[in-house]
Amino acid sequence: MKRILLILSAAALGLAGAKADLAGDIETILTIGGEGAGNEAASKAWQAIADATEEAAFFEVLQAVGKNNLADNWLLSAASVVAEKNAPDVEALKTFLLETSNAPLAREMVLDLLRSTDGEAATKLFAQLRNDPAEPVRRVAVQFYIDEATRSEEAGQKNVAAEQYREALQAARDADQIKTISAKLEEFGEKVDLPKQFGFLMRWKTIGPFDNLGRAGFDTVFPPEERVALDATHIGKDDAEIQWKEFETANPFGMVDFNKAYGMLKEVTAYAYTEFDSAEDQEVEIRLGCKNAWKVWVNGELVFGRDEYHRGMRIDQYRLKANFKKGLNTILIKCCQNEQKERWTVEWQFQMRVTDHTGTAILATNRGPTPETDKVADLKPNEA
Amino acid sequence: MGDPIGTLPLILKAILVALVSVGVAHADWRQFRGSGVDGQAPAGSVFPSSLDDSSIQWKVDLPGRGLSSPVIVGEKLFLTAGSGPSQARLHVFCFSTEDGSQIWERQFFATGRTMTHEKTSNAAPSPCTDGERVYALWSSNDLVCLDLDGNVQWIRGLMVDYPNASNSLGLATSPILVGDILVVQIEVDSQSIAVGIDKVTGTNLWKVEREKKANWSTPVPLGEHGGKQLVALQGSAGVTAVDAATGETVWTHGEGASTIPSGVYRDGVFYAVSNGITAIDVVNSAPGETPKVLWEASTMRPKTPSPILLDDRIVIVAGDVFTCASLEDGERLWKSRGEGGTITGSVIAAGNRLCAVSEREGIVQIIDPTGDEGKVTAKLKLGDLIQCTPAYADGAIYVRSDKMLWKIGG
Repeated sequence: MKRILLILSAAALGLAGAKADLAGDIETILTIGGEGAGNEAASKAWQAIADATEEAAFFEVLQAVGKNNLADNWLLSAASVVAEKNAPDVEALKTFLLETSNAPLAREMVLDLLRSTDGEAATKLFAQLRNDPAEPVRRVAVQFYIDEATRSEEAGQKNVAAEQYREALQAARDADQIKTISAKLEEFGEKVDLPKQFGFLMRWKTIGPFDNLGRAGFDTVFPPEERVALDATHIGKDDAEIQWKEFETANPFGMVDFNKAYGMLKEVTAYAYTEFDSAEDQEVEIRLGCKNAWKVWVNGELVFGRDEYHRGMRIDQYRLKANFKKGLNTILIKCCQNEQKERWTVEWQFQMRVTDHTGTAILATNRGPTPETDKVADLKPNEA
Repeated sequence: MGDPIGTLPLILKAILVALVSVGVAHADWRQFRGSGVDGQAPAGSVFPSSLDDSSIQWKVDLPGRGLSSPVIVGEKLFLTAGSGPSQARLHVFCFSTEDGSQIWERQFFATGRTMTHEKTSNAAPSPCTDGERVYALWSSNDLVCLDLDGNVQWIRGLMVDYPNASNSLGLATSPILVGDILVVQIEVDSQSIAVGIDKVTGTNLWKVEREKKANWSTPVPLGEHGGKQLVALQGSAGVTAVDAATGETVWTHGEGASTIPSGVYRDGVFYAVSNGITAIDVVNSAPGETPKVLWEASTMRPKTPSPILLDDRIVIVAGDVFTCASLEDGERLWKSRGEGGTITGSVIAAGNRLCAVSEREGIVQIIDPTGDEGKVTAKLKLGDLIQCTPAYADGAIYVRSDKMLWKIGG
C-alpha cells in the first residue's frame, strides 16, 4: 500500500511538474518581443509544448492566445501539433468555442477542428455563432445562412429566401458578404442603406489644394494639422487662398472624392475633417481605404500615416485602433495626390468607417440621414 | 551512338553509377530559381525528353492560393500557400516527392496586411532551405522558420516590426540564404528596407534603408569576393552589392534596374536587369568604386521572368518571346516565340535545355535554345493558370497553380 501511495504521489508530482513546465513554456513564448527578441528561448518552449499529448495542454495553450500578437503564431502552431497527436473531445471543443472571452484566433482554430471532427455538431452552433464577436467565426456562420437563403431561392421560396437574406445581413460584417446579400435583396426590390450598414462617414469638411510637389506634402505640416479652424482662409498651392468646404458623399461605399471638390489635380494635398459624437467612451477601429498617401488624426493625435501611392484600395484596407471619448471626437485625414500621369493614378479619394473590433458599425449620435446626392459647397457662416 | 559508357571497364562503370547516385540523392532545389538562385538544375540533370499526360507522376489539390515555387530537400518538397477570404491563413506544406502524399502541414495567421492585386496572392515569395530548416515568407511579411519535420524554430512578424513595410499590390521578393544569413529585401514605396537575419535564431544581424520604390525582384548571391560573401540587391535605382554579413554596401551600379525580374550570376559576372541586360564584372569591381561593366544589351529587356544562362548564351523572356544573346558580348543571336502565350514564371535550365510554363493554359514546354532559334521539343498542357517558377529535382519538374501541385517526369 505504501508503495502504491509513493507511486501515486510521484505521478501526481510529475503531472504537477509537467503543468508547471507548460505554464512556464507558455510564459516564455508570451515574452517574445520585436525583431526576434526571445526567439531562442521561445523555440525551446515551443518544442516542449509540442511534445505534450494531454488534451488539457491544448486548451491551456489556446487560452494564452491573444495576449501578444507576435506570440500567437507560436502558440497556435504548438497547439495544433498537440491536437494532431490527441484529437480534443468534441464537447470540449464546443465549450471552448462558445466561450467568447477566448481569443478570436484560438476560437477560429477550434471551429476548424470541430468542423473537421464533427461537422454536424459545428453546424448546430451556427445560429449562435452568426452574431459572434470573432469575425472569422461569425463569417463561417453567416456564410451558412447565405447558402441556406440561396437554396431557398433556388427552390422558388422567394419570401423565405428574402427573410433569410435579411437575417444574414443583420449578422454579416465582412464587406464581401454584405455586398452579396444587399445585391440579392435589391433583386427582391429591397433597398439596403449600405453606408449606414457599414458605418461609412458621409459628411465632411474639406480643404485644399495644398502643395505636394515632389511628394513633399506628406511630411509638410500645413495649417489644418496645427489647428482646424473652419472659418480660416489659408494659402494653398500656387499661393491661392483656400477655405473649408462642405462635402457630402452619396456613394454607397462612402467614397470621398477630392477630384469632385477641386478638379483632377496632381501633386496636391487636401484634408477632410469630421466630428463624431460618440455615445460613450470606447475603443474603436477607424477603418480606411485609400490609394493615396495619407495621415489620420483622432482628437488631434496622429494615429498612423502611409506614403504609398496608387498600389490599390479596398474597404477596410487599414484598421487603426483609436479611443473615442463620450461626446464629440474629431477625425482629420490628410490625403496626398502624386505626380503620376497614368490612367490608373487619377483617383484622389478615401473611404472611412468607424466600427468596433468585430467590424460592427458604430454610428455617431449626430449622424444624419444617408445623403441622396453628392454635395460640395462653400461653408455657410454658421457652419464655419 | 549507343551506350556511351558501354566500353568502360566494369569497375569504372560502378564508380560512375555510384557518383551519379550520390549526385541525384543530393540534387536539391533549395531556393527561388534553384539552389544557386540562377535557375540551373545541378550538373548532369536533364528534363524529360518527351511530355504527355502520362508524364504527370502525381498531382495534389492545394487548399490555398500561391505563386511561390516549391523547394526540395531529398524526398521532401516544401510549399507555401494562403487561404481564407483575405488570404490571412498561411500554410506550409511538406509533401513526399515520391508519391505526393502530405507528410505534414503547419498553419499560421497573418500578422501583417494581406491585401494584394487579385492576380497575385499572399503566398507569392518562394520559401528557401539550407537542408536543415525551411524559411517561409508571405506578402504579409510573416516569416517562419521550421525544421524539416515541421517543428517551429522561430517566427517573425516583420510588418509588426516595420509597420509600413508593405505594398498594397502585394510583395513577391523571395528570401535568400547566403551562408548563414537569410537576406530579406522588402522594398516598397513607404518603409523600404533590407534585413540580414541570423538563420538559426531569427534575429537581425543588420538592417539597411533602401530606396522608397516598390520592387519585387529577389536578391542574388554573388559569391565570395575580397573575403566577403556578396549579395546583389536590385531595385529601381540600380544594383547594390552588399556584404551579406554586415549589410554594408561594397559597390553600387546606379544606372537603374528592373523591379520585377532578378539578375543572374555566374563565374564572377553579374548579369543585371539594368538598361536591358548589363554584365557587371564582380571580380574586378573595387569596393567603393563604380563597378566595371563588361557589356550592355539594351534591347534585351525581360518583362517578368528572370534571365537564364546557358553555356555561352543568355536568354530572356518578354511576353511569349524568347530572346537569346551571346554571353560574351550580349549580341543577339535569335528571337522566337514560345507556346501558349505569356510566360510569367522564370525559366529554368537543365542540360542546355530550358523549361518554361505559359501562364494562361499552363503549357509546360521544353526548349532547345542551342541552335539558330529556340525550338520547343516537348510540351504538356496543364490547363490551369500557372505563374510560378518551376522547380526541378531528380529529373522531375514541379509546378503549382492556385489549386494544384504537379510532378512531371522523373
